[in-house]
Amino acid sequence: MSDFESDLPSNDRELQEFMMIEQQKAKVHEQIHEFNEICWEKCIGKPSNKLDSATETCLTNCVDRFIDTSILITQRFAQILQKRN
Amino acid sequence: MAMDSAKRGEIMELAKQQIAVANAQELLSKMTQRCFKKCVNKPGSSLDSSEQKCISMCMDRFMDSWDLISRAYGQRLQREQQNQ
Repeated sequence: MSDFESDLPSNDRELQEFMMIEQQKAKVHEQIHEFNEICWEKCIGKPSNKLDSATETCLTNCVDRFIDTSILITQRFAQILQKRN
Repeated sequence: MAMDSAKRGEIMELAKQQIAVANAQELLSKMTQRCFKKCVNKPGSSLDSSEQKCISMCMDRFMDSWDLISRAYGQRLQREQQNQ
């Protein structure tokens, strides 16, 4: 992506904007892949004919609780760093 | 010098295609890893039919899971934006 971008004329605003949006979308996709791996391990036992509703709830909650955890840890880590300084 | 719009459209289309391919490759590679782990416990001399069946179901569930998680994440992003 980044070498692709450096080939573009720097004054082409429309194209620059397009690439920025596409990069953002790629980041979101990358994040979904990561969540899917983490939550798959947490929520899926033996693969069956369909996802049952308990598994669906587990997957949905897993995403939200992972984000909550990430926010909590980031905040607390920042506090710890502040106290040390 | 700005490019003409045909050339620009071509580049945009190419970029979109490349991103879509990269995305599919990522899904394929992660799905292979996860389903191998779930379905092939003791690798034998070939994939037996129960392993193959498990792999098929695993693939379908992995993609279901991807869709579900993508929706949950999208909703979370929306909620976070509203709370700002």
